[in-house]
Amino acid sequence: MLSFGKLDLKEKALAHLVTPEIEHLVASIPKPVGSFGYDPWGYNEDQFKAALGAAKWLYDKYFRVTAHGLENIPRSGRVLIVGNHSGQLPMDGVLVGVAAATNPDGPRLARAMIERFFPTVPWLGNYLNALGGVIGDPVNCSKMLEMDEAIIVFPEGVRGSGKLYKQRYQLQRFGNGFMHLAMNHKTPIVPVGIVGCEETMPALVNLKPLARMLGLPYLPLVPSLLPLPARVYLNFGKPMQFSSCANEAEVTERVEQVKAELRLLIDQGLQERTSIYR
Amino acid sequence: MAKTTPSRKTVLITGAAGSLAKRVIARLQGRYDVIAVDFRRKVETDAGIPSYLVELHKRGFEDIFAEHKIDAVIHIGRMFAHERDRLQRYNANVLGTKRLLDLARKYQVGQVIIHSTYMVYGASAYNPALIDEEAPLKASEVTQDLVDSVEVESLANIYLWKHPDLNITILRPCNVLGPGVRNTMSILLARPLVPVLVGFSPMMQFLHVEDMAEAMVLAFEKNQPGIYNVAPDDYVPYQQAVTECGCRKLPIPSIPPLLPRSISTALNWNAFFPPYMISYFKYPVILDGTVFSQTFGWKPKRNLNDIFSYYRKQKLAAKSAR
Repeated sequence: MLSFGKLDLKEKALAHLVTPEIEHLVASIPKPVGSFGYDPWGYNEDQFKAALGAAKWLYDKYFRVTAHGLENIPRSGRVLIVGNHSGQLPMDGVLVGVAAATNPDGPRLARAMIERFFPTVPWLGNYLNALGGVIGDPVNCSKMLEMDEAIIVFPEGVRGSGKLYKQRYQLQRFGNGFMHLAMNHKTPIVPVGIVGCEETMPALVNLKPLARMLGLPYLPLVPSLLPLPARVYLNFGKPMQFSSCANEAEVTERVEQVKAELRLLIDQGLQERTSIYR
Repeated sequence: MAKTTPSRKTVLITGAAGSLAKRVIARLQGRYDVIAVDFRRKVETDAGIPSYLVELHKRGFEDIFAEHKIDAVIHIGRMFAHERDRLQRYNANVLGTKRLLDLARKYQVGQVIIHSTYMVYGASAYNPALIDEEAPLKASEVTQDLVDSVEVESLANIYLWKHPDLNITILRPCNVLGPGVRNTMSILLARPLVPVLVGFSPMMQFLHVEDMAEAMVLAFEKNQPGIYNVAPDDYVPYQQAVTECGCRKLPIPSIPPLLPRSISTALNWNAFFPPYMISYFKYPVILDGTVFSQTFGWKPKRNLNDIFSYYRKQKLAAKSAR
């Protein structure tokens, strides 16, 4: 009887999360899965639906996201969505993912690259995979682009997400890997300037020695352990195409072009914003 | 011995007592002269199929080559980890394969098919999915118990480029399941109660033994030497496969990582959940089988449900018999 009650509760919770709207959205996402609803990386439609239901609430009600330029995300075909990273926790990735999945111009499953230690954590590794996350291995990216998937990339990595509040909206050093992927797989880059996530978790200091001891990339001293409800602005720019080039210096030059575009999109968001939390 | 018409090829098949080899033989029979070899027992074969009980690294093996004009070898026979100790397994698998390849050269065998395994890639948290044939073989980093599998591969690779006239084809299938299959995964899923690691359910690929037999025959008949993954483009997490096969789950603590190994060792689970395979129940090894499918025009005919239903029905039958 007890387990029956538990099951009932689970179903009720799911019914709340997986609304007909979510069902409809996920059904219209062009994403092939196998006979049990899984893809090679462990993405699972049912678990994605439930998580999208929860994340959409955060998107609409908690962070009250304003998104512009969603039409720039292609309806189908490979694409790299490249953004500025911030906010200690990867809320920015989640929100960009929701924006892509609920895009009125054509919903997409946008896959996030997760840190390499996640697969070693029980439950969490499998769960993140089920939601579409994969470890940021170039082989994974290549395979997914060849399968015409959409991938979210934060080329700053932990340098961006772990930076302090005083460095907010300053782009950190970009890796060149995403540009190589874009060129090798003839993939358009859609830049997205993200404003607001910096204020969800303003970090005063980074406790580096403690972080090192715990094997974490960083450990900030923050006023709240939960992300603060800052308003978030997402500005998606026009797709950028890059043909292949001869040397690494040229690659870096192209990365700079993306950074310049991102700075414009970030400024756009900052100007649009009238208050941070209200 | 069996009469040989000059146009008919003679094919030697090792591991002939196994379920995969039996199915390969059934497909070749009639169109080719088949010779069955196994180290475990003398295989009962139909009339016209000579059958030998011989260990590949022992002297008697060469007599077969001397007696028959062998055109192709399909090397399926492998000693599993639970069959004998590590040294005996190394001798049988690695030295046996080396001897087989040397004899193939000496007696001018025109084609050799090697049955390898997806396990050579090694299960690691950092594995990308859809592993290509060019990926490093990290199994020996995971465990010493798979060193023989990796060495068989590297031997076959050396002969592949050094002796192109041997036309070596190496096949790396994912988990092969089905009636009669006695590999670790099949023994495991045939059990009513199956260990699973708490919090870990890696993606897996499964192939019906009939489809694998079909793949081996295609590899032999189309003769396109090289290394190929053999896997379907369908995927399921391990714990779901366990449920689908009608098994109950026995949760094993996964942290610290040494614990599940010790449990497996202490309870002597060598045949179905061996300590050296723990990482394969924790992390995925997902193959990209595109190259094989495209080169040989192969597509599995049986889906995951067909595969799992055999194990499910087997348990239902056992239950109703009680």
